[in-house]
Amino acid sequence: MTAAVALSPHSDSVPANGADCAPVLRERGQREVFCGLTGIIWLHRKVQDAFFLVVGSRTCAHLLQSAAGVMVFAEPRFGTAIIEERDLAGMADCNEELDRVVDRLLTRRPDIKMLFLVGSCPSEVIKLDLSRAAQRLSGKHSPNVRILNYSGSGIETTFTEGEDACLAALVPELPALPADAPQELMIVGALPDVVEDQFVRIFRELGIKTVRSLPARKSADLPPVGANTRFLLAQPFLGETARCLEDRGAVRLDAMFPFGAEGTANWLHAAAMAFGIDEAEFQRVIAPGKARAIRAIEHCRAQLSGKTIFFMPDSQLEVPLARFLSQELGMTPVEVGTPYLHRRHLAQDLALLPATTVISEGQDVDKQLDRVRAARPDITVCGLGLANPLEAEGLTTKWAIELVFSPIHGFDQAGDLAELFARPLRRRDVLKV
Amino acid sequence: MQLTVWTYEGPPHVGAMRIATAMEGVHYVLHAPQGDTYADLLFTMIERRNKRPPVTYTTFQARDLGTDTAELFQSAARDAYARYQPQAMLVGASCTAELIQDDPAGLAEAMRLPIPVVALELPSYQRKENWGAAETFYQLVRAIADKEVRPSPREGRRPRVNLLGPTALGFRHRDDIIEITRLLDSMGIDIHLVAPLGACPADIKQIGAADFNILLYPEIGDTTARWLEKTFGQKTVRTIPIGHGATRDFVNEVAALAGVDPACALDRSNMPWWSRSVDSTYLTAKRVFIFGDASHAIAAARVARDELGFEVVGLGCYNREFARELREAAKLYGIEPLITDDYLEVEDAIAALQPELVLGTQMERHIAKRLRIPCAVISAPVHVQDFPARYSPQMGFEGANVLFDTWVHPLVMGLEEHLLTMFREDFEFSDSAGASHLGHGHAAPAQNHDADVQAVDESTLQPVAEPEVMAARGWSAEAEKELLKIPFFVRGKARRNTERYATEQGLATITLDTLYDAKARYAR
Repeated sequence: MTAAVALSPHSDSVPANGADCAPVLRERGQREVFCGLTGIIWLHRKVQDAFFLVVGSRTCAHLLQSAAGVMVFAEPRFGTAIIEERDLAGMADCNEELDRVVDRLLTRRPDIKMLFLVGSCPSEVIKLDLSRAAQRLSGKHSPNVRILNYSGSGIETTFTEGEDACLAALVPELPALPADAPQELMIVGALPDVVEDQFVRIFRELGIKTVRSLPARKSADLPPVGANTRFLLAQPFLGETARCLEDRGAVRLDAMFPFGAEGTANWLHAAAMAFGIDEAEFQRVIAPGKARAIRAIEHCRAQLSGKTIFFMPDSQLEVPLARFLSQELGMTPVEVGTPYLHRRHLAQDLALLPATTVISEGQDVDKQLDRVRAARPDITVCGLGLANPLEAEGLTTKWAIELVFSPIHGFDQAGDLAELFARPLRRRDVLKV
Repeated sequence: MQLTVWTYEGPPHVGAMRIATAMEGVHYVLHAPQGDTYADLLFTMIERRNKRPPVTYTTFQARDLGTDTAELFQSAARDAYARYQPQAMLVGASCTAELIQDDPAGLAEAMRLPIPVVALELPSYQRKENWGAAETFYQLVRAIADKEVRPSPREGRRPRVNLLGPTALGFRHRDDIIEITRLLDSMGIDIHLVAPLGACPADIKQIGAADFNILLYPEIGDTTARWLEKTFGQKTVRTIPIGHGATRDFVNEVAALAGVDPACALDRSNMPWWSRSVDSTYLTAKRVFIFGDASHAIAAARVARDELGFEVVGLGCYNREFARELREAAKLYGIEPLITDDYLEVEDAIAALQPELVLGTQMERHIAKRLRIPCAVISAPVHVQDFPARYSPQMGFEGANVLFDTWVHPLVMGLEEHLLTMFREDFEFSDSAGASHLGHGHAAPAQNHDADVQAVDESTLQPVAEPEVMAARGWSAEAEKELLKIPFFVRGKARRNTERYATEQGLATITLDTLYDAKARYAR
């Protein structure tokens, strides 16, 4: 993990009010969070010819099934190679077993072009070397199938960090961008296709012709990377991926994350500046989208303005979402919990949080619930293991996972994003039972 | 290693969670890595519980390994005891903690907590959820039950029984208990204890005071029932009261043990008359495939054949612990038992048998949807809609009513569609309208599956398969067109029968006559 560095924000829109360098409450104890395997649920929808094979226990398979709900039945492109007693007792050679499973899988699914061997807690603890297995199997199955490895284990990754680990494993595979190539823009982070298309359209209109995405929708379309790559993080949980891209010479464009009118404008602006787009031209291009976003957000303002919100840690989206809700909707974040705080990437969003906001990193769930009960916020953002129990105590909740699975980035989703928070409050008010 | 997409059961520690969550005053300290808390949402979401499961996870991470995981376990157990003040504690390891070989039993013992602490040995790489639940319940009862307790003399009191086996996340357990409690009350019998659901350790201590035990869910309570027989001499009622006939047998068995008159059991069941009424005639000999946990599958088979007049063409279960019972049952119907936890095998069996109704789990619901076969759910694992708000037991006389409605409903829908297909030439009706109980726009079956399965898509008369495929199999264009006039939900069977007939007769071409000769040959 990179050391967290407090930087002064580059934002010149609003004076910093201190949350970016406020002390962080760090806690250890029981954490009520998903492991990185859960990232497979949306990653496999994004990369259309990839298969994710978890090497783990029945618990891992059960988690995926519980998280994937009914998707399990659409011939999904993920599965689990369940480690059995024989594998542990050395009666079966784990690597031979893995080869057998992979062969069977690839025979069954000839449409697969990229296979991820995903490490889990059990496979990490027994020190099964999946990176070597991936190399060995790649040799066997190339050129048809590229086989890679990353770990989504709970002991190493929290929820969305699974995507970070997956994309970081892809970075060494990216073709090299020639040193004399013109500057290119890369959007990093899996976005819903509709959102990605919106962003690409805006960049084109700004005059940025070559815009790539990591991950791409097809494994054959890996974006090239080099010293002339400028990249924007679309998601706040991609620390390792960013580091790997920087190792290959790419340059990160510092920005807020693209939530709401302000966040999206700031994010687009970072790219416009890097590509020398004229300021007036920039304002002209984004004006209609920004106006639409402001109009759409307005619908929820009465509902949300002045209300308090408490984020329990889940996905690392908490800081930028709290920024959006406080800056653009007038909400008051009481505590913003995050499983991991990347200060450098979040500097601009942190700078805009009210000085009174407590930032907490990590979790001791029982102590944090005590704080929720003491604060009695209007909305508590939390996981599904906590939502109904808190509702039963008379607190209104918004379940956090939806924020990862729904299109929420960009101008044209700003209204939907605000609505996700307004709806539980509206429901609380309309029910007469 | 076993390649798995869907698993019928979770790991054994989820079974232990089902026991802890079912009970009051019990707390489970689970040595587990970050992320294993996902299981909480099975209880809070699928079962809609309004409290967190009483489970503390130690939540170790990579940086803890090899150093202080043992210390982490002890501090988690200490904090849990201080905060929740349970009457008893369960301690154990999840699959990952099993590998790092901390010893929860020894670590907990060293803490000398002033309550019973039950250490669980749940081998995650051999066993599964139901076994974990059964083992946990057994260990808990063994540790807590006061072996000196015996029933008070029978003079001047009603007989008292224990109901064993209902848990959290159990399929219809909530309402089964209500139904069976009412039924027993109508016979003049009291419930001494329901366990694990709703019981606390203090109740378990007195388990020996009941006259006998009723084992409602063998998957969960069998080990415990055997131990109680041995320890307290309590007899066990083993008939599972699912269906009208089984409920009557259950009443007789209970009455004999309690020394009461079975005639006082109130039979308020509509099922026998509903099943005898002429509207049900079309149910006769409908071919049904049954899969689930062994107890529910075996009970459903009896109801299907004896009470609805179906023909049981497939019977299976996913829990090997009860394979013997299931094999015995399959003999009654003269069919091959299917014992597997691989849903692809189940799917193949259903595709091969082409039943007219599937009774199964959430998984079979999806398989049946894909194969366009009517389906009803009879067993866990189930999804949120099978933890209903309304009263809907499976057991007892009201349970029999529920079964009749639930199983016949998708078939009535099938009949409605049949009428639609008769009017297919009518411009307002077409195959593409889809099946009403399947919703619209459901996915066509994946191509890499049994190609016998035909999705109906946008065209009214859509080919049964690629024309060249049909031709290669010997179908004349005329016969293929005729095949399309057969309602989609029996078309697959008609085609298989015709092709089998053509092969038997050594015919190279399937003509119109072949189709109808085969129909006559396989007519019921």
